[in-house]
Formats: sequence, C-alpha cells, structure tokens
Amino acid sequence: MFRKFTREDIHTRSNVKSSIQRNLKAKLLAQYPKLEEVIDEIIPKKAQIELYKCEGKIQLYLVNGEVLFFQNFDELIPSLRFVHKFPEAFPTVQVDRGAIKFVLAGSNIMCPGLTSPGAKLPEAPGFEKDTIVVINAENKETAMAVGKLLMSTEEIKEINKGHGVEMIHHLGDPLWTFSAD
Amino acid sequence: MPLTNVIYCGVCDFPAEYCEFSGKFKRCKAWLQENHPELYTKWYGDVTEDVSKQLAESSIGDEREEKLEKALEKLERKQQAREERELAKKLSSKVVIRREARTKRKCMIAISGLEVFEIDMKKLSKTFASKFATGCSISKNAEKKEEVIVQGDLADEVEAYIHSLLEEKGMKEVKVEVIDAAKKKKKAETTTTPGSENKK
Repeated sequence: MFRKFTREDIHTRSNVKSSIQRNLKAKLLAQYPKLEEVIDEIIPKKAQIELYKCEGKIQLYLVNGEVLFFQNFDELIPSLRFVHKFPEAFPTVQVDRGAIKFVLAGSNIMCPGLTSPGAKLPEAPGFEKDTIVVINAENKETAMAVGKLLMSTEEIKEINKGHGVEMIHHLGDPLWTFSAD
Repeated sequence: MPLTNVIYCGVCDFPAEYCEFSGKFKRCKAWLQENHPELYTKWYGDVTEDVSKQLAESSIGDEREEKLEKALEKLERKQQAREERELAKKLSSKVVIRREARTKRKCMIAISGLEVFEIDMKKLSKTFASKFATGCSISKNAEKKEEVIVQGDLADEVEAYIHSLLEEKGMKEVKVEVIDAAKKKKKAETTTTPGSENKK
C-alpha cells in the first residue's frame, strides 16, 4: 500500500474534533480489545489527533507528529511504531528467517514461509481471512511488518501454497521513514 | 501492562535487531557497540565462538542460510556503492546564489542547486520570507530547475544562512558560489570553507 508514498501524496491535513476522537478511540478498542489498558498512555485524553488525507483514500492518523494508525477503507490498521509500543494487543504470525529479506523488500508472504519449522501460526481455530496481522520473524522480538490475511490460518496450514498474507506496511517503507515535518 | 520500548538503530532507523537486513550492517554494528554495548555482546559477541552452532540453530538449513548470507552481503555492497556515489555527487555539486537586477536600485536573489542536498525548498522559502521580512518564492529557471527567489539585496545574509544549513547537514566543504549579475561586469567569487572532517 505504501510502496510509493511521498509528501506530495498528502492532500489535506486537519485536526480531528474531540467528539470524533472519542469515536475513533472506541473503534480502535472494538477492533483490538487488549489495547484498553494502554490506550490512555498512547493517546492521552488531551492529545490532539491529526488526520492526513492522502492519495488513494488512505487516511493517516497522527499523535504528536507520529503516525499511529491509518485507514484505507473501514478498518483501522496500526503503524509499526505503534505495534512496537504494545505488541501483545495484535494478532501475530511469525515467519522463518529466510523470508525476512523478502518481507523487508515489500513482498507478500507465501504460505511455506508461515508453515516451516522457524515460523509460527496460532493454534486452531486461528484467525479468519482478512484479519490484520502483525508479522514477526524467527529469533526476533520486534515486529517487522503489518499485513492482511488472504486466507484463514487454518487454510494456510492446509493448502500451503501461494500468497498467505498481503503486505500492507513493512520496515523501511515510505510510511516507516515518513515524518510529519 | 507497560509499553515496550523498542531500541531503534541510529544509523538505519530499524529496530536494532533488524540491522543485518538494512544493508548498512557494519556501521549499525559500530553504532550499537557504542550506544548499547550490552545488546552488542548479546547478539554479536559470541559469533567467533562457534559458527556451526549458529547454523544448527537456524531452521532453514545450511544451504539456504548460506544463500541468505550471500544475498545480504551483496545488498550491503550495493548500498555502500550507492552511498558513495551520492556523496561524491554532493561534494562535486555546488549551490549558486545569483544577484539579479530588477528596476533601478532594486534587485533579487536566486538560489539554485539546492535539490542535490535534500533541502526542502518550500520550507526554506518560508523561512527566508519571515526571516528577512520579504517576498520569497520558488520558480523554475531557464534550465527548468527549481530555484528559490528572494526579493531584495540579501546575498550575504542568504549565503551565511545556507552555509550554516549545510554545516548542520555535515557538508561543510560544499561550495557556495555567489554571482553578481546586477553589475555590468560579471564578478564571480567563490567561497570555500576549508575542509573539516566530514561528519556524515
């Protein structure tokens, strides 16, 4: 999604009204319930959320000049810096060491990279198709990418072929290097 | 549950764990050793001890691990070459400040050649406008390149500011050339700050 993304792709920037901020926070909590205990630390009550509307109907939400999450259609997707702050809150899958190189180059994740010995998928029932997942790597503690499941984790185990996760945001992409000023 | 604090590498901006994939691994390592020695010893300290053990730990097999290592090395070389090229380009190019005549005693200053140095022109023009209380804009010159136009006779001030700006970026030796096109005879003057060590 952020393969090409520059300052020129930002169309408007505006402050979010406090009432809408409340809604946003509620929505975020509905999507990731485990965030509840830290949400006030990450987005303080008094904080001003900024909204950047960008090319391709992407909306970035910033707090203190840092992109915290973004939205393409309906779903709120956390940015990696946000994930790093509180990784427990998000559904996570792990890929093996051989896949890291390709993931950091922005490729989709293939099923074998998710099922090999170094990788980890959740036990059944796992995650549904279209879930936003955080991608970790073997022997690493921090997340390296955010993606969307193209099939449910059970299907990945069964079929074990083709694209498993669609890449949305990874370390080193333009959103990662993006800064507000 | 508290928030986790991830350590980001000062060189490549990745979480420090992922430095080996950034293509600047050598410099990252040096940075980590300096700033977080305990992590350095944890990750890279016992490499010399036993390479085969490391290979055994990795799940993807010797062959693929070897391949990966080679690919990473190649990436690093490429990155290095690219950086060197960019630096050479930066050092060989220069900023040109031209003083051009307007009506009678009025003149304006055109600054070109900034795009190589990753200076945000729009921002710079805003700064100049408020700093010198004057009009300042960006326009395309005869060679279809963007330049910053400042109204008023401000060549010296602008030169000083750009020098300080370049110094901040660690490019002290970059030439800033002032051309006075307002007077009848063209007087070119080159100013170079004698080279100090390149910080970048």
